[in-house]
Order: sequence, then C-alpha cells, then structure tokens
Amino acid sequence: MAKIVPKKTAMREQPAMERTKNFNEVPYGYSEQEAIQEAKRCLQCKRPTCMQGCPVEIDIPGFIDLIAQRDFRGAIKRLKDKNVLPAVCGRVCPQEDQCEKLCVLAKKYEPVGIGRLERFAADWEATQGEAPVPKKPKPTGKKVAIIGAGPGGLTVAGDLIKLGHAVTIFEALHAPGGVLVYGIPEFRLPKVIVYREVDYLRRCGVNVVFDFVVGKTATIDQILHEYDAVYIGTGAGLPWFMNIPGENLNGVYSANEYLTRSNLMKAYLFPEYDTPIVRGKRVAVIGGGNVAMDCARTALRLGADAVHNVYRRSRKEMPAREEEIHHAEEEGVIFDILTLPVRYMGDEHNWVKEMECIKMQLGEPDASGRRRPVPIEDSNFITPIDTVVCAIGQSPNPLIPQTTPDLKTGKWGNIEINPETGKTSKKGCWAGGDVVRGGATVILAMGDGRVAARSMDDYLKTGVW
Amino acid sequence: MYKVLKREQIVPNIHLLAIESSSVHQNARAGEFVVVRADERGERIPLNLVDWNKDSVSMVFMEVGTSTSKLASLKPGDEIATLAGPLGKPTEEVQGKKIACIGGCYGIGALLPVIRMFKEKGNHVTTIIEARSEFLLYWQDKLREYSDEFQEITRDGTKGHKGHINDVLVDYIKKNNVDMVYVQGCTYLTYLCSEITRPSGIKTIVGLNPIMVDATGMCGVCRVIVAGETKFGCVDGPEFDGHQVDWDNLIARRKIYINEEISSLSFYECERYG
Ligand SMILES: Cc1cc2nc3c(=O)[nH]c(=O)nc-3n(C[C@H](O)[C@H](O)[C@H](O)COP(=O)(O)OP(=O)(O)OC[C@H]3O[C@@H](n4cnc5c(N)ncnc54)[C@H](O)[C@@H]3O)c2cc1C
Ligand SMILES: Cc1cc2nc3c(=O)[nH]c(=O)nc-3n(C[C@H](O)[C@H](O)[C@H](O)COP(=O)(O)OP(=O)(O)OC[C@H]3O[C@@H](n4cnc5c(N)ncnc54)[C@H](O)[C@@H]3O)c2cc1C
Ligand code: FES
Repeated sequence: MAKIVPKKTAMREQPAMERTKNFNEVPYGYSEQEAIQEAKRCLQCKRPTCMQGCPVEIDIPGFIDLIAQRDFRGAIKRLKDKNVLPAVCGRVCPQEDQCEKLCVLAKKYEPVGIGRLERFAADWEATQGEAPVPKKPKPTGKKVAIIGAGPGGLTVAGDLIKLGHAVTIFEALHAPGGVLVYGIPEFRLPKVIVYREVDYLRRCGVNVVFDFVVGKTATIDQILHEYDAVYIGTGAGLPWFMNIPGENLNGVYSANEYLTRSNLMKAYLFPEYDTPIVRGKRVAVIGGGNVAMDCARTALRLGADAVHNVYRRSRKEMPAREEEIHHAEEEGVIFDILTLPVRYMGDEHNWVKEMECIKMQLGEPDASGRRRPVPIEDSNFITPIDTVVCAIGQSPNPLIPQTTPDLKTGKWGNIEINPETGKTSKKGCWAGGDVVRGGATVILAMGDGRVAARSMDDYLKTGVW
Repeated sequence: MYKVLKREQIVPNIHLLAIESSSVHQNARAGEFVVVRADERGERIPLNLVDWNKDSVSMVFMEVGTSTSKLASLKPGDEIATLAGPLGKPTEEVQGKKIACIGGCYGIGALLPVIRMFKEKGNHVTTIIEARSEFLLYWQDKLREYSDEFQEITRDGTKGHKGHINDVLVDYIKKNNVDMVYVQGCTYLTYLCSEITRPSGIKTIVGLNPIMVDATGMCGVCRVIVAGETKFGCVDGPEFDGHQVDWDNLIARRKIYINEEISSLSFYECERYG
C-alpha cells in the first residue's frame, strides 16, 4: 500500500486582494497532475465509509481510482451514474460534513479531497467538447411536468427522460438553475456550468418552458389535466426579514433581492445590463450561513470599503461552510459575532444610515442543540452603514400551496411528503428539495429528486398510486 | 422569445404593446399584470394587462426610462426576451355598487379591463380620466363603452373640466352616493385620490407601482407598508386600500435607483444614437 500523505494536495486560487476586484471563480481547480497526485492519497478501503456520507451514493473509491489511473473518461462516467451535476456538487457540496468527514484518513490526517476530484473530473469532461447524448429510449407515451428548474427538478428531468417519458420543466424565471443561478454567485459557481448541464438535458429531449409561474399562469390542477405526473421542486424562495424598525428603509435588501440583482440580472455589469444595484460603501450582512457569506463577498466585489458580517451566535455556530467563512475572512469581511441588529435608522430621504445592535452571549443549548444567544443588557451600540443585506433564512413560496387546496403543507409552508417515495398528499404529485426541507443543500435536493423519479416511473408504468 | 405583434404610440410617450402569447390569457383577470424584459440585458418590469385573448396580450406603457424606451423602439416582428404572467392579485369583484374609476397616464389604459369587469358585474361605473392637455387623453370611446358616466379633465382646459382631479373628485363624491373609488396611474395620482376620499371614508382601491424584480414573491423589493404591516406588492397586491398605505415610504422607495436610472438611460441613448 502507498505511503500515507497527511495533507490534501493544495488547490491554487486567485489571491484575495485580486479576486475582490472581479467576479471570476476563486479556486482554479486541479491540473491533471495534481488530480492524480490527490487521487493516489485514497486508501481504496474495502469497506469505504465515505460513501455512507454521500446522499446520492456515488462510488467514491471507484471514480477516484480511475482518476489515479488517468482514466478521466471512466471517472466522469462513474460519477454520472449517480450524480447528474458533478461540476456543481464538486464546488458547492458541504463535503466536510458528508463524504470527507467519514473518510478514514480524516481520523488522523486531512481527508482525501473528494469534492476537488469530483470537480476535476467534471471540468475535464467539459474540455472534451459537447457530451454525447445517449440513444433515445422508446417513448412510453407518458407526460411529466416538473415545476422549477433548480437542481432537484433537473435531476428528476434527467432520470425520467432516460426512461422514455416526455418531460417538460416549467420555470418561473427567465433562466434555469434555481438558486444555482439566481443565488450562488459567479465567483463560486460559474453559470456556464449550469447552462451546459441544462443544454445537455435539452439535447436529450427535455422541454424547458420559462416565464411560467405555476399557481398563476396555470395551476397544478390545470397542469394535471394535460400531464400524467407532476414534480414540485420550487425551492424555498420566500425571504425572511427580522421585523425590526427601519427594515423598509432604502438600502435594506433581502439576500434574495441582492443576489438576484447581482447574479441573475447581472447588476454587477450595470450599466451594460439594465438592472441596477446599490454599491454600498459600508455594508452590513445579517446572518451566518452560506447565503450571508455570498452576500458579503458580493458586496466587497461591488466596491464596498467595509463589509460587516453580523451574526448573533459565535463563529463556531456559524452554519456556513468553513471554506466560505475562510474565503470571506481572507477577503477582508469583518465578523461582528455575538451581535444582533435591533433597528435601522434613516436619513431625511429614507436611506438607511445607521444600525443599532445589541451584544449577545451564549446561554443554554436550544432545540437545535446550539447554545442560545441571549442579549447582554445595555450593550447597545450604533454603527454607521449605508447598505444592509438581511440573510437570515427563507421558506417556501406560498403561490402553489395557496392555489392547490388538496396539497398538504406543514408549519413553515413546506410541502409534506412521504420521504420514501416523495409522494405528496395529492394524487399524481411529488415534491422534494427546499420546498419540502426549507433551506437545505443542493445534494439533498438532488437526492430527493432521484427518489421521486423512481416512484414516478413506477406510477407511470403501473398506474398505482 | 416572444413576438411583438403591435407597438404603436397612442399619444406622445404612451404606447400600446401587443405580444404573442398562448399561456398568459387562460387565468388572466382584471387588475393583474405581466413582467416583460425587452432583451437579454434588460430589466424585468411590470406592466398592467389591458387586454388578452388566446393568442396575445396587450399592455399600455409610458416611456420614462431605459426599459420603456427599449419597448418603445420595438416593431412588429421583433422579439422580447421575457413575458411572464398573469401576476398579482386580481381586482376584487364587487356587485351593485356605485364606483368612480380614475385613470391618469398609463392608468387610462390600465382602467379598461377593470371597468369592463365592474360593468359586467352590474356596478354603476363613472370613469374619470385626466391629463395635462387634450392631446394626451386617449381611448375615450373604449372606456365610454363600459361607463355609465364619463368625465375628462385637462389641466389647460382644452378638453372637459379644466383643472385637477381634486376639484372633480371632491365635487363628485359630494353630489353622488359613491360606494367605492378605484385609481390607476402614477403614485402621485393614487396618493392624491386617497387623500381626497380619506375624510369621507369612501373605500379607495389603488393600483400601486413599487419597484419589482421577479414579481413572484421571491425578492421582497416590492414591499409596501399597508395598515402598519409589510406586504409584498407583487403577490399581496398590487392593489391596496389607499387609506392604509404608508405613502411616504412608498414614494421614497420608488426613488432608490433614481441616479442609476438616469445614468442607465444616458448610457442606452449613447449606445443607440452614438
Ligand atoms: C445564496 C445561497 C447559497 C447557497 N450555497 C449552497 C452551497 O454552497 N452548497 C449547497 O449545497 N447548498 C447551498 N445553498 C442551498 C441550495 O442552493 C438549495 O438547497 C438548492 O438549490 C435547492 O434546490 P431545489 O431544486 O429544491 O430548489 P431551487 O434551487 O430553489 O430552485 C427552485 C426553482 O423553482 C422555481 N420556481 C419557484 N416557484 C415557482 C413556480 N410557482 N412556478 C415555476 N417555477 C417556480 C424557481 O424560480 C427556481 O428556479 C445555497 C442557497 C443560497 C440561497
Ligand atoms: C404592478 C405594476 C404595474 C405597472 N403597470 C404599468 C403599466 O401598465 N404601464 C406603465 O407604463 N407602467 C406601469 N408600471 C410602472 C412601470 O413598471 C415603470 O414605469 C417601469 O418599470 C419604468 O422602467 P424604465 O426602465 O423605463 O424607467 P426607470 O429608469 O425605471 O425610471 C425612469 C424614471 O421614471 C420614473 N418612473 C418610473 N415609473 C414611473 C411611473 N409609473 N410613473 C411615473 N414615473 C415613473 C422613475 O422614478 C425614474 O425617475 C407598473 C408598475 C407596477 C409595479
Ligand atoms: S418583486 Fe420580488 S418579491 Fe415582489
């Protein structure tokens, strides 16, 4: 057996000082040489624990071994057996909490860079020209409608088209990808990657209809008149605010608005693109998740002098991926931890100019197991700011539940399903991803899509609900 | 891409736009709007639906900035990048009421489907339209068709009543037993009418136009304060009770991008005309 190499092969990236001046991707990815070197670190365990951490059960040692043997085509094929969006997952999956966490090496050393290798294989494939489309299967004559072109909906589309069903995706916006396109910034996930995958699905025969707002343009019931089965993958797009004074001042954004303007509408290229965005000089981003990190790093790239990330617990409790926090820190984001905004104050033109915060300390653990933040009396202080981005979470958009009375929803407006099949309370309707889970992850949305696709195929073949 | 079937200037700066569409009409109702994007670099902007059928939808818009200038340059056969709808909540349907419906600028066009619906539901409809001068008034015949009474106001007195909506509306609600007032047009008009009817407490429904992006409830830029509560204009509105709207906030929020709008327009005009 090869000698253990304790550290991951480093990945080159744009230096922090440079990258805050552009929206290009931060890490460069492995070269072939680096990928092979990293792949050789894998111990090829007989009973690989890493796979238990993968929600879509990728044959991890298998694809890594193929990379080690320089069979890149074989590696990408192995990945794609289980994961239709490897170039996306290699970049944005929280591997440190999934496969890499369970890597045997991680007990003593750094785990194998599974995510980096996944990314490498997918990027290699993209350099080989257009991916060939598999032979068209025999049509089953069944029609499937998928609502929402996020990672969940795209997974269902990919699985069902291969089985010969006619697949149409209805998407509310003018571009596919869901959060991958409107939420996650270009510097973390270049949009061409998503468009390439959608293009592949279209070449396979998937029909994508844009600008179609289900619940308004047509209801689920109207769609069910024409389609045999429906998958709802509409995500969690309803932004939350804190309901504190001053939140409707000019310059106070939801994360969704801020990111949608910058990413989907390309406001960072204003005025070449028509949609504007406020280029604040002193920006406060509220919240401690990936969404908050994306907003803070976007604000820097839009030219802010100071970006404060305001989070009510301590750094340890931040739900953002370690890599994202680290990147944000390197780029100069200022972390105001154990801090909670209590109100915003405006000037005579209704523009936000100051933020009042209160200091927090950690008390007893709450329901989530994290220690509850409690305010420290009389610790209020005021910071001058000109832009606020509220990134404290989101829940499912109510448009579809409101217009589909027999679709059962839970406390947060999330659609309820049977997790083993993805079936909702409504016959012929499946759901998955963020619309079921609230804000979760790309890979979980894809996993849900896979489970539902299997169940949908059964139903389409047998007619048994 | 969506094909432009018609784009014509009705009166200076106000245009009719008809776009090919086979999906928007099926659920469309009076008071709803669509989002359009002129081209791949364009902004998503909301426009009220004025008419629809199984092949097309039409809107009336006023040329004010980059997006509407782009729309104003379209010719039949051209294509636009986005057409999504119908969006928003439809106008609440009432019956057997006496309703005064007021429209200004693009709101004159936007009134059409609403008064048609009111009329069909058996209401008494008084339509009042206003503009600076006679040459800016339009669609009188179309509107008359669904109106029991019809009045025009021009600031210079070239047509109808000379003056402002103030005089006419104050007078009209004094002399008539009006159950409801309905207003479409710029923020100033909707605000003014709400203030006029406030003392009498006559229910006043106004079509608001906060800034929007997605118009599906996803971003929250369209928030308006109504009865002290934050609402999303695109999904909870765009029509609200004018007596409950926080007008200062709405007027201020409409100006968020005023500097950018000016630079965007000059950028567009430079690109287009050199
Ligand atoms: C800024 C940000 C950063 C994130 N970073 C990460 C990360 O690093 N790693 C990670 O794993 N996860 C991350 N997430 C979470 C992840 O993106 C989501 O969990 C995932 O995208 C959910 O996929 P989905 O398919 O369920 O829905 P979405 O991606 O939300 O897609 C839903 C689609 O449905 C469309 N839609 C909604 N309503 C309708 C309707 N009525 N009619 C038609 N279409 C409709 C939407 O427009 C959208 O395109 C991040 C999320 C955000 C917001
Ligand atoms: C629900 C809804 C329905 C709408 N329906 C219509 C419609 O049917 N027809 C229509 O013409 N417009 C309508 N509007 C307004 C329309 O969306 C805006 O006029 C448009 O976005 C302007 O885009 P622009 O890029 O051309 O101008 P911008 O560059 O965005 O604005 C240029 C300048 O004009 C001002 N301005 C913008 N809109 C208006 C306005 N409506 N009245 C007065 N000044 C304005 C701006 O403050 C700015 O100073 C509606 C708005 C909403 C929210
Ligand atoms: S326009 Fe985005 S939520 Fe209303």
